Amino acid sequence: MSATPVLEGWFTLDGEQPHLLGSQCQSCGTYYFPQIRGEAKFCRNPDCEGESFDEVKLSRTGKLWSYTNAMYQPPEPFVAKDPHEPYAIAAVELDAEKMIVLGSVVDGISVEQLEVGMAMELVLEALNDGKVTWKWKPA
Amino acid sequence: MSNEVAVLGAGMHPWGKWGRNFVEYGVHAARVALKDAGVKWRDVQFVSGGATIRNGYPGFVAGATFAQALGWQGAEVNTSYAACASGSQALAAARAKILAGHCDVALVIGADTTPKGFLKPQPGERPDDPDWVRFRVGITNPTYFALYARRRMALYGDTQEDFALVKVKNSAHGFENPNARYRKKFSAQDVADSAMVADPLRLMDVCATSDGGAALIISSVEYAKKIGKGDAPRIAAISTVTPTYASETVEMPDIATDSSAVVAAQSFRANLPKKAYEEAGIGPEDVSVAEVYDLSTALELDWMEDLQLCERGEAAKLLRAGETTVGGRIPVNPSGGLACFGEAVPAQALAQVCELTWQLRGQAGARQVQGAKVGITANQGLFGHGSSVIIKK
Ligand SMILES: [Zn+2]
Repeated sequence: MSATPVLEGWFTLDGEQPHLLGSQCQSCGTYYFPQIRGEAKFCRNPDCEGESFDEVKLSRTGKLWSYTNAMYQPPEPFVAKDPHEPYAIAAVELDAEKMIVLGSVVDGISVEQLEVGMAMELVLEALNDGKVTWKWKPA
Repeated sequence: MSNEVAVLGAGMHPWGKWGRNFVEYGVHAARVALKDAGVKWRDVQFVSGGATIRNGYPGFVAGATFAQALGWQGAEVNTSYAACASGSQALAAARAKILAGHCDVALVIGADTTPKGFLKPQPGERPDDPDWVRFRVGITNPTYFALYARRRMALYGDTQEDFALVKVKNSAHGFENPNARYRKKFSAQDVADSAMVADPLRLMDVCATSDGGAALIISSVEYAKKIGKGDAPRIAAISTVTPTYASETVEMPDIATDSSAVVAAQSFRANLPKKAYEEAGIGPEDVSVAEVYDLSTALELDWMEDLQLCERGEAAKLLRAGETTVGGRIPVNPSGGLACFGEAVPAQALAQVCELTWQLRGQAGARQVQGAKVGITANQGLFGHGSSVIIKK
């Protein structure tokens, strides 16, 4: 896949089995998304003094925690279709990392087809300007 | 007893879209509060302001701005910024000053105006700014409130009709409130007919932004007694605790929660009132009235449970039974709430305390909660700010 990602280093560009890229603290093992960045990095677990992190691929499946849609055109920097087409948005709880990650839902799936608790998987899809982002899709 | 301060006066400038300088609203509210308190401006020793970040330098130094506009008289000043909880932070600063014995009487004040034209995000690629990132990938402001609302529907069986009922109730409460911006009784059908914004929330489920101002005069209990106001309502607790890692729900503008794989998740909203109840030595069963931050209709139901006014998942049942309407067992948002006011950020948490002050004095007119003895507020702003204030007779 020779796609340009909307954000560098946020997800892998594996078209079949993409993953979000997170950080895992070497001291306490907690996960972060997006990754901890900067010259100096600090763990945000209040009981951990960790300053070293591994880049890890996060679970690409999880359970739908909740969902909604965007009926109105979001402001920039969102690149909208003309006219705006509503799209669904999902909050998915990742299996292993126990964190909820937001993302829009793949084109063609509306809120009527979603149900809290259903299995979801991570896919890549182009935004309206052609740049690729992560999206959620019923598994 | 030594941890209490007296609320001598409350004042507001009506909420609206007036388009005037925020200082005018603040000074108006302050003068109403001073008159209400029977305190002369010259006798105020401390001015604690909530900042507004949309009105340039005068807004960043709001405490001094209001002190100058009221006429410099040498009072010490402070300005607090804590997003929607700015008013409570300003109140906490004034209370601390009084309880430490550094002053007897203080003015706490917040006001805001919305500049003309749209607030445009800064241009350019800013991948390190969570607010830029989430808009870039299509996560809007109402997304967050809609996710919480849908979650309630899935977990507790709440319906869109329940959410509409919150709006119907609050619009009836605010109908006779002279400080409310929207004074119209809406029906469930009006809500159902309004445009869908973020499923399951419609336009009338989400609150607007407004201009407005609110002010309080607070003092030591000794000072209150000295001026013959020993029976003034008391502030029994102020909680402004920050979240505890790991976050349970995803908060604007974040794209993800913390991971609870290593440390158990905690609810920020549920933690806020815990410190307030503890500090006041008062339990949720003692509360007679609540003012909560209904940024969306559904969020009012979350707050009722976070304040422990009912069991988790039971809020809609109370609502349907009319228990949260004035005249019911535990009225919520007798002022009309954000549904009738719209949000004037640095004034909003103070407006909640103003309403409870009038309720406890029995001065709330048509929206009076009979026999109100204890009131509690709840409010949450961006970036880990929140507040819960308990006021009692
Ligand atoms: Zn760590």
